[in-house]
Amino acid sequence: MARVVVDVMLKPEILDPQGRAVAGSLRRLGLTGVTDVRQGKQFIIDLDGVVEGARLELIETLAAELLSNPVIEDYKLQVIEDPA
Amino acid sequence: MSLRVGVVTFPGSLDDRDAARAVRIAGGEAVSLWHGDDDLKKVDAVVLPGGFSYGDYLRCGAIARFAPVMNSVVERANAGMPVLGICNGFQILCESHLLPGALTRNDSLHFMCRDQRLRIENSTSSWTSDFMAGQEIVIPLKNGEGGYVADERTLDALEAEGRVVARYLDMNPNGSRRDIAGICNERGNVVGLMPHPEHAVESLTGPTTDGIPFFTSVLKSLVNA
Repeated sequence: MARVVVDVMLKPEILDPQGRAVAGSLRRLGLTGVTDVRQGKQFIIDLDGVVEGARLELIETLAAELLSNPVIEDYKLQVIEDPA
Repeated sequence: MSLRVGVVTFPGSLDDRDAARAVRIAGGEAVSLWHGDDDLKKVDAVVLPGGFSYGDYLRCGAIARFAPVMNSVVERANAGMPVLGICNGFQILCESHLLPGALTRNDSLHFMCRDQRLRIENSTSSWTSDFMAGQEIVIPLKNGEGGYVADERTLDALEAEGRVVARYLDMNPNGSRRDIAGICNERGNVVGLMPHPEHAVESLTGPTTDGIPFFTSVLKSLVNA
């Protein structure tokens, strides 16, 4: 068993209207000092077997080409072997 | 023999019927293409219609890009076949890297639905040659994620190479950089457009018939090719 966690965020220079709307809500609900909110996505992929070699390379490729759009998004990938 | 223009139906496509109708009104033969089939049925051009392919899951157009039909569309587009992506079709073209940039959530966060005035900036692409450069038209616009973004260098290149096909007038409905409503590739055969010319081909149902020249343009470009 292995788990791959991929976090996808809009690049810093891309406007995030959803994040901006959430920031407005947080302020309206009484949270002071909010300077910015960015909203992203997290993918949790559970797999049988180990994640290494060609399989890890394929996951990297899919994270870059399917799970994120490199024009507007950055991704971070983390492999957790034997997740509890 | 009339020219064959394929219209792809993805799960969640909405405007495939209207696109096929626009092709017929312009004098072409509309050919239905299926997302799961890489056979383009000997068409001369392809329209990727608007809608919400695959429910817009993941990102608009992100899953449609990997549909079997798109392998053939990308291959033929790179060989010069005219392709028009409207709305969701524009998003699919960007996800497929046939066009640069990406389309993001409207800056207002509102779904916009209005008759939109545009200026045709490029009258040489396969889909806009029946317009005059600078011509102003009104066609429907309806999108939630129509904000065109690209890095400054790409935007400068698009402008310098005359690849901005259409620009929003009066107001920018979705926060698109530089009021861009549509762009084309270097060769001019692949065009992406956020507003909907296929909904403006008959006075009974459209605000105008300003959409027709997109479809007559491609038929003429094919005859002259």
